[in-house]
Amino acid sequence: MSWIPPLLVAVPLLAAAVVVATDHVLPRRVEDLIAIAAAATTCALGVVLMLRSERGDVIHWFGGWNPRGGVAIGIDFVADPLAAALAALVGGLVLVALVYSWAYLEEAARLFDTLMLVCCGAMCGFALSGDLFNMFVWLELMGVAAYALTGFEVKDIGPLQGAVNFAIVNGIGGYFVVIGIALAYARTGALNLAQIGQALTQSGSRGLVIVAMTLVVCGFLCKAAVVPFHLWLADAYAVAPAPVCAVFAGVMTDIGLLGVARVYWTVFDGAFAADRAAVGDVLLSLGVATALLGGAMAFLQRHVKRMLAYSVVCHVGIMLAGIGLLASEGLAGAADVLLAHGLLAAGLFLTTGIVIALFRSVDELQLLGRARGRPLLAALWFGAALGLAGPPYVGLFVGHSLIDDAASATGRTWLPPLLWIAGALASASLLRAGARMFLGLGARRDRLLAPEMKERPPARGTRLSVLAPVTALVVVLGLVVSVVPGLPQRTEAAAERFRDRPAYASFVLHGSPAVHGPRAAFALEPASLESILYGFGATMLALALAGWGLYRPELGGSRVLQPPARALKAVHSGVIGDYVMWLTVGTALVGGIWAVTLR
Amino acid sequence: MTYVPYAISAWVCAVGLYGIVMSRNLIHLAVCLTVTQSSTYVLLLSVGYVQGGGPPIFKGVKLGTTSVDPVVQALSLTDIVVSVTVLALVLALALDVHRQAGTVDPDEIAAMHG
Amino acid sequence: MRIAAFVPALVVLFALLLWGFAGMPDFGHYRGPYGFVLERIATPERHVTNVVNATTYDYRGFDTMGEEFILFAAVTGVVLLLRGSSGSRRRADDDVRSDSIRLAGAVAPALVILVGLWLVAFGFVTPGGGFQGGIAVAAGALMLFVAVGYRAWSTLGDERLLDPIEGLGAGGYAVVGLAALVSGLPFLTNLFGPGVVGTVRSGGSAALLNWAAAIEVAAANVILTTEFVEQYIAPIVRRRR
Repeated sequence: MSWIPPLLVAVPLLAAAVVVATDHVLPRRVEDLIAIAAAATTCALGVVLMLRSERGDVIHWFGGWNPRGGVAIGIDFVADPLAAALAALVGGLVLVALVYSWAYLEEAARLFDTLMLVCCGAMCGFALSGDLFNMFVWLELMGVAAYALTGFEVKDIGPLQGAVNFAIVNGIGGYFVVIGIALAYARTGALNLAQIGQALTQSGSRGLVIVAMTLVVCGFLCKAAVVPFHLWLADAYAVAPAPVCAVFAGVMTDIGLLGVARVYWTVFDGAFAADRAAVGDVLLSLGVATALLGGAMAFLQRHVKRMLAYSVVCHVGIMLAGIGLLASEGLAGAADVLLAHGLLAAGLFLTTGIVIALFRSVDELQLLGRARGRPLLAALWFGAALGLAGPPYVGLFVGHSLIDDAASATGRTWLPPLLWIAGALASASLLRAGARMFLGLGARRDRLLAPEMKERPPARGTRLSVLAPVTALVVVLGLVVSVVPGLPQRTEAAAERFRDRPAYASFVLHGSPAVHGPRAAFALEPASLESILYGFGATMLALALAGWGLYRPELGGSRVLQPPARALKAVHSGVIGDYVMWLTVGTALVGGIWAVTLR
Repeated sequence: MTYVPYAISAWVCAVGLYGIVMSRNLIHLAVCLTVTQSSTYVLLLSVGYVQGGGPPIFKGVKLGTTSVDPVVQALSLTDIVVSVTVLALVLALALDVHRQAGTVDPDEIAAMHG
Repeated sequence: MRIAAFVPALVVLFALLLWGFAGMPDFGHYRGPYGFVLERIATPERHVTNVVNATTYDYRGFDTMGEEFILFAAVTGVVLLLRGSSGSRRRADDDVRSDSIRLAGAVAPALVILVGLWLVAFGFVTPGGGFQGGIAVAAGALMLFVAVGYRAWSTLGDERLLDPIEGLGAGGYAVVGLAALVSGLPFLTNLFGPGVVGTVRSGGSAALLNWAAAIEVAAANVILTTEFVEQYIAPIVRRRR
């Protein structure tokens, strides 16, 4: 079964090359079919790999270069259930995006399909890789394809600016990763994750390891759009075409967090096992700050795609908080949030795409009441928005409840309320936008929101017979995540394995198979009462905030809210120099705190 | 002496970052990005240096003579390709920006777009 | 305001970097096992004398595949960005009037391309390899542009010819890897024997990867240069008439 991991990368990449090579020879429809077939194959193989890896991690050494005497001389792919599941999600969302764009985009097929397939292959490679420099290569590949996909609509200044900001911030993040890799290589003489981890268990050069961890983690956090490295995301997601945004918001941003978790648990836990709390607390604080800031900024937007972009930032913060707890349940919760959020956010972007195609506007206030009489679209929108808030047993609920359990187990009872409130804020902004667009409720003007856009989206295909079912499928899958029997237990078991550094190292370097307990049952366990209350409360809060937001201009409160709102918006200025300044500040802050608390 | 190459790498990185933050021209910004990148080459190659070592090419040279680390050289090669490609993309974007907006000043572009 | 927040942060970051670098082994005293192991085994096992290329195309050949596709994706992106926004593609009427340039143009590109091909062919023996040789070939093509002028060169640099070549280079790499997988070995395993050390045939199927990389790099760079020439230089030439 170990011939599957390379295929998850080779199939999409080869298909991309074939599409370009035969571009002037084959008709466009055939090329689209090749692309869709490649994405479908990737998704199917990912699912197979996930099921197979539950029995034991699947490893593949490229070129047949197995390790000798505990020294890894080649590059490996290691598929554990969490990584394989993420690869399957990547394949699935890229498949959905390709089918959607078949009806949605009218321009040159090959360039779009090619870049999407390259992105797909790179994300699968990043998720599965067991070598630090190899992870960097896939990070850069997905970045390069993404910058070009963002600037797809080249006739407008907006996409170009978004693409430039995206390219520069993520480029610098990548270079920080390389400096971190150079530091780790100098100290340990290895690039394989397991081998570096083993070598770091010996004490010495503490400062070097702290700085290496700072740089690698901050580089991945740039990709994951965590505060203060998040400023590029709204610029880029506001201008990319809807199917591209669906893939980005669904998996590409979150994959940065997988990178952080993977690198910590396989490499740096060896050195910092005694000081885990110090490492985790920084990640936790960044997560909470990101969640709250994302929720607040989402509420202040009237450009629907920017609003969605900030809601992505908010949920990335929730996931990072789950990872920062450094416990199996927290990690499992983050994984389940990733799954549900990936599907629901993709669904929301696809629905927005349909709205843009039908009504040629992306401004919430301009669209007031114009989408009335579209019951299917309205149902999809409200369903997905509520799913993001996480009412009991819907959407994000299962992930949130796992994070709650982990937080209470480690004594951080202040964490769950903050995360639920942040999620409610993001949901509230989406519900408010939906109420304006689909129900025609709410005030016509609102000075608290960003000033009017001078944008007119381009014309798109509106073949609803293709667009609507695809969107509906994604949203429904996202909503039922919380009621999949046995999901929390299996995710938790997978997370437990993810965290086990010594077992990983001995498996990768010496081939000793790990012993796993019996498979968890396919049972639907009830969540704790606390989580149910939180879920219910968050949904009510989201609805209340949405209602307040609709009629706020008439209810008053502007004078209190304007200054902080203006300050927040000034920070998100769109100028690349400011973004890089915040990047430097963030890295210096994280590094400084770790230097003091971990020495 | 033994620390100087590493310090140079850190300095070049800092200079590049300063250039990016204070830049008023997208082309200048792209070049500063390349400067930051080149600090990583300096670092990688200095990590692999072995005193008195020759290149890791063994044609006509006896096997086992001291030579420098080949792995970081391969890594730097990959790094250079990444840098070239990102530079090409950013320059293409800058050209398009100029075509659409008539300017390549990041501050002015942000003011136009909002 | 930007400076006020940035400079302290930059100073802190600089200090952190210096502090981290202080923990590294002294310059010139590389300790780690990876490089030493590869140096010891590359020539006896793979019959390759250029250990850097053995690392690039064999031990860490999968990284190089990713890198090939980075080049591929970037060129696709640049083409998307520049072709999409240009106006009509009228051919410029320019003539190279200097005789000495024409003479040089008859000789120099051929020499440079030959050197490039030599670098690729003997990449596993002496310094060189796919990337280096590919860039040299692309440089030769650019020299040809200078010598014959835009009008004649744009017939050579036609997208219908170059795009398939580029796709072939990148795809070829993946195909060689898959061929190994299909025959039951791990991806990118050497399929032919190791070859004879010190000759063109050393390296086994890694030599195929070497050539695939060279093709990809050469085609990609020619496409990039063509696009930029078309968008930056050709309008200037047109405007001067």
